[in-house]
Amino acid sequence: MLPSPIEVMQAFVSELPLLLENSVITLQEAFIGLFLGVSVGFCAAVLMDTFDILYKAFYPLLIITQTIPSVAIAPLLVLWFGYEMTPKIVLIVISTFFPVTVGLLDGFRSADKDAIGLLRSMGAGCLQIFRYIKFPSALPQLFSGLRIAAAYSVVGAVISEWLGGFGGLGVYMTRVKKAFAFDKMFAVIFLISAISLALMALVGFTEKKCMPYRNIDNKGEKI
Amino acid sequence: MNKLEVKNISKSFDGNRVLNDISIELNQGELVCLLGVSGGGKTTLFNIISGLLSPDNGQVLLDGKDITNQPGHTSYMLQKDLLLPYRTIEDNAALPLLLKGEKKKEARMQVSPLFEQFGLEGTQKKYPAQLSGGMRQRAALLRTYMFSKDVALLDEPFSALDTITKSSMHKWYLSVMEQIQLSTLFITHDIDEAILISDRIYLLSGSLGEITGEIIIKEPKPRRDDFNLTEEFLEYKRKILSLL
Ligand SMILES: Nc1ncnc2c1ncn2[C@@H]1O[C@H](COP(=O)(O)OP(=O)(O)OP(=O)(O)O)[C@@H](O)[C@H]1O
Ligand SMILES: [Mg+2]
Repeated sequence: MLPSPIEVMQAFVSELPLLLENSVITLQEAFIGLFLGVSVGFCAAVLMDTFDILYKAFYPLLIITQTIPSVAIAPLLVLWFGYEMTPKIVLIVISTFFPVTVGLLDGFRSADKDAIGLLRSMGAGCLQIFRYIKFPSALPQLFSGLRIAAAYSVVGAVISEWLGGFGGLGVYMTRVKKAFAFDKMFAVIFLISAISLALMALVGFTEKKCMPYRNIDNKGEKI
Repeated sequence: MNKLEVKNISKSFDGNRVLNDISIELNQGELVCLLGVSGGGKTTLFNIISGLLSPDNGQVLLDGKDITNQPGHTSYMLQKDLLLPYRTIEDNAALPLLLKGEKKKEARMQVSPLFEQFGLEGTQKKYPAQLSGGMRQRAALLRTYMFSKDVALLDEPFSALDTITKSSMHKWYLSVMEQIQLSTLFITHDIDEAILISDRIYLLSGSLGEITGEIIIKEPKPRRDDFNLTEEFLEYKRKILSLL
């Protein structure tokens, strides 16, 4: 029932071509879904930050959408959108936009009011205040949200593949499950978590590149 | 004509009168100081003049034109340095130019020759967190200077500087004012500083929110180096202390 690490390694190596083939499909879904989810999340945050009415109207709704487990809506999505890529991407969008929206909203609100006053005193308009104060102030929270969203995107892709599809690591998983191939099962589980970790590391790397001023310690020296 | 005229400004916060019927004026090329206790409403008055805050009553006139509630007409250096932590010093200083729509490269080229004059050489590529308090203040002053309106509002611009740096900054600032036809209204807690560089001083009473005195410093400019050791200087100081 519990394969030894060596068996898992062997399964991993022997199944590598298949695993890679399926990873490409899963990653493709994850990336498209993540990209759309982040875009939707970004727009939602900007709109809700700009118009307080939208914030009051939609924020509670947003929270409610998050209390619905994605495993529960995935079958519905399959019924509505079929077995192709669409239901997978919709599910990923639903699960990734939320951490981005919430992070950004928090970040926009953390912007220094006096700094906004300073820009206004120099005659800056709304867009300039957004570009020079609000957006850069929200970068740390945006990246925290992105890191969570990146992990969700892979998990979301796999879950939606379980419920129907023609390829991907989720489909592969259901197949090896039916064959009781525990070694392959573990191999694919490790692969999925490795992919999630790699994606999160990529976000972390981008974060460092985007915010060089954060690499300064409190003595003012660059690390 | 007065460069800047503040007429009958009143302002309350939640029923607390902070400014009560304040009228002050600033003539072309003048340096006028606003002196008052902490919490007396000096910053509030600047926020109103700069158009960030709307007064309950009264008007702000620049060259005779009403600019009440209109930001963007004066160069305002706020009490906090407000350097943006995520921009380098040169990009902070260039911000007013970027807001006017200039290209980043050109804006940097315009600010970089001024770094030496402001005692900031070598800090162009640093971030605000890497600078000392005094350097940050000078960087904020440089940014204010880049906005280049002909009226400057400076809220305690030199408070983080040591005495020696302060007096060289004073000299420098007075010469810049002359060169570019600048008129300055400025806030300080430092009575000596006020007497040393002002043409006139308004005293703002904290409890009443009113101007309780106006002192004209007759000593001609540029002032001699030992002006602060003279009997006249002490006389001004005594007068101010008695009125505060
Ligand atoms: N936005 C605000 N809302 C409510 N009260 C305010 C606001 N801004 C200022 N005040 C109050 O108005 C009074 C004057 O504040 P202000 O900042 O103008 O004082 P100040 O003379 O600049 O003091 P300091 O010398 O310490 O900077 C204070 O009692 C302050 O609490
Ligand atoms: Mg103040």
